[in-house]
Amino acid sequence: MSESARIWANLILILAAVFAFSALLSWIERRLLGVWQDRYGPNRVGPFGILQIVADSIKLLTKEDWVPPFADKAVFVLAPTIVAVTALLAFAVVPIAPDIGVVDLNIGLLFFLAMSSLGVYSVVLGGWASNNKYSLLGGFRAAAQMLSYEVFMGLALMGVVMLAGSFNLRDIVAAQENLWFCVPQILGLATFTVAGIAEARRLPFDLPESENELVAGFHTEYSSMKFGLFFIGEYVGITLISAMIVTLFFGGWLGPLLPPLVWFLLKTFIVIACFVLLRAALPRPRYDQLMAYGWKVMLPLTLVNLLITGAVVLSAA
Amino acid sequence: MEATFYLSAAVAVAATLMVVTRASAVHALLYLIVSLLAVAVVFFVLGAPFVAALEVIIYAGAIMVLFVFVIMMLNLGNAAAVKEREWLRPGMWMGPAILSALLLAELIYILVGNEGAAIAGRAAVDSREVGITLFGPYLLGVELASLLLLAGLVGACHLGWHTESAWSSHSESLSDSHGHEHG
Repeated sequence: MSESARIWANLILILAAVFAFSALLSWIERRLLGVWQDRYGPNRVGPFGILQIVADSIKLLTKEDWVPPFADKAVFVLAPTIVAVTALLAFAVVPIAPDIGVVDLNIGLLFFLAMSSLGVYSVVLGGWASNNKYSLLGGFRAAAQMLSYEVFMGLALMGVVMLAGSFNLRDIVAAQENLWFCVPQILGLATFTVAGIAEARRLPFDLPESENELVAGFHTEYSSMKFGLFFIGEYVGITLISAMIVTLFFGGWLGPLLPPLVWFLLKTFIVIACFVLLRAALPRPRYDQLMAYGWKVMLPLTLVNLLITGAVVLSAA
Repeated sequence: MEATFYLSAAVAVAATLMVVTRASAVHALLYLIVSLLAVAVVFFVLGAPFVAALEVIIYAGAIMVLFVFVIMMLNLGNAAAVKEREWLRPGMWMGPAILSALLLAELIYILVGNEGAAIAGRAAVDSREVGITLFGPYLLGVELASLLLLAGLVGACHLGWHTESAWSSHSESLSDSHGHEHG
C-alpha cells in the first residue's frame, strides 16, 4: 500500500511541479530577456512582477473562447490538447532523482522520442483545422521542420545509448558516474540541442508561427484557453527538452555535496536559461536555410558521431 | 494484462473501421493514427516493448505525418467528402467485405483450434534480442529492405533534382509565352 501511495504522491507532485514551473517560466523568460536587452521586463504585479503569471492566466481564462465557423470543429478542439498531453506524458520517464520519477521504463528513451514525434500533430492539425491560409502555411512548415529535425534527434541519442548500453534513462544516468556524456558525446550534445530547440519550436526555429510573415502561424485562429494550452505546451516542451539534455549529457541528478534533486533542478534551470539566451541572441533563418541546415549539416554530423562512437565502443570491447 | 490486450485490440478494430468509413481524408488519417497507437499497445502487452516504441515513432510519428502533410497540401474541401460518400455504396464495399469476412472466419477457426496459446505473460523481448535476430538469421531481409529504401531515395533525389540550366530555361520559356500573349 505504501508503495502505491509513494507512486501516486510522485505522480501528482511531479505533475503539479511541471505545470507550476512551466507557468512560471513565461515570467522567468520575460525577466531574463529584460536583463539581456537592458530593460526591466514585467515588474509591476507583485514582488518582482512574479504575480504577472496570475494576471496572465486570469486574462486567458476570461477571454472569449471562440471557434471560427469555418473551422473543422472536432480537430480544432483536439489539436491544442495533443501538445500538452504528449509533453506531460514524456515527463513520466524523466528520472528526476534516485527515488523521484513516475515510471522506470526499460524503453524510456524511445518513449520520450515517441511522445515528441506525436507532438507534431498538435501544430499540424491546429494549422489545418483553422482553415486559414496563414495557419495552413504554419502547419506545413511545422510538419516539414519537425519531421526533418526528428530524424537526427533520434540518431544523435544513439551514441549515448551505445555508451550506456541501455534505453533506460536511469541506467544512462548511472553510466555517467565517472564521466558525464557531454565530454565523449560532444557532437551528440550539439546536434541533440539543435534538434530539441527545433522540436520545441523556439526562436531560431519558430518558423511555424513566425509572426512577421504568418500573423501567428498555426495558432492564428486560437483564442482563450485553447491558445493557452499551446502556450503551456511550448513551455512544458522547453522544460522537457532541458530535463532530457541534463539527464542524457550532464549526469542527471549526479553531483557532489548538494542533494540529487537540487542538482537536477539547478542543471535544468541553467539549460533553460541558455534556451532563453538563444532566443535573445539569434535571428530567425529563412525557411530553405533551416531545411538545408538540418539535412546537409546536422544529419551527416550525427552519422559521423555514430561512426566514431561505434568504432570506439568496438575497440574497447 | 489480458484486459488491456482486449481493450486496445477492440480500439484498434473500431478505429480501423472508422478509417474505412470516414468521408473526410484527414479524419480517416486521424483514426488510422489511433489504430496504430492501439496496435503499439497490443505489442507492448504481448511483451515486445521495443517494437511497440518503434511502431509509435516510425508509423504514427513519422509516416503518418507525411500522409497528413500531403492530404493537407491537396486541400480537399467538402466536394471531395461528398464524392467519397457517393463512392461508399454497398456495391463498392460488398466484395472486399466478403473476402475479409472469409479471412476473419479462417483466423477465428485457427485461434479456436489453438487454445493452448496464452495471450499475455511471455517474457519481454528487449532491444538487444531484436537487434541480434535482425542482423543474424534475417540479415538478408534487412539488406534487401535497405536496398529498396535506397532505390526510393535515389528516385526521389532524381525527381527533386533540377540543374541550374534546366531551371533558367524553364523560366525563360515561361517569360517567352508571357511575352507572346501580350505581343
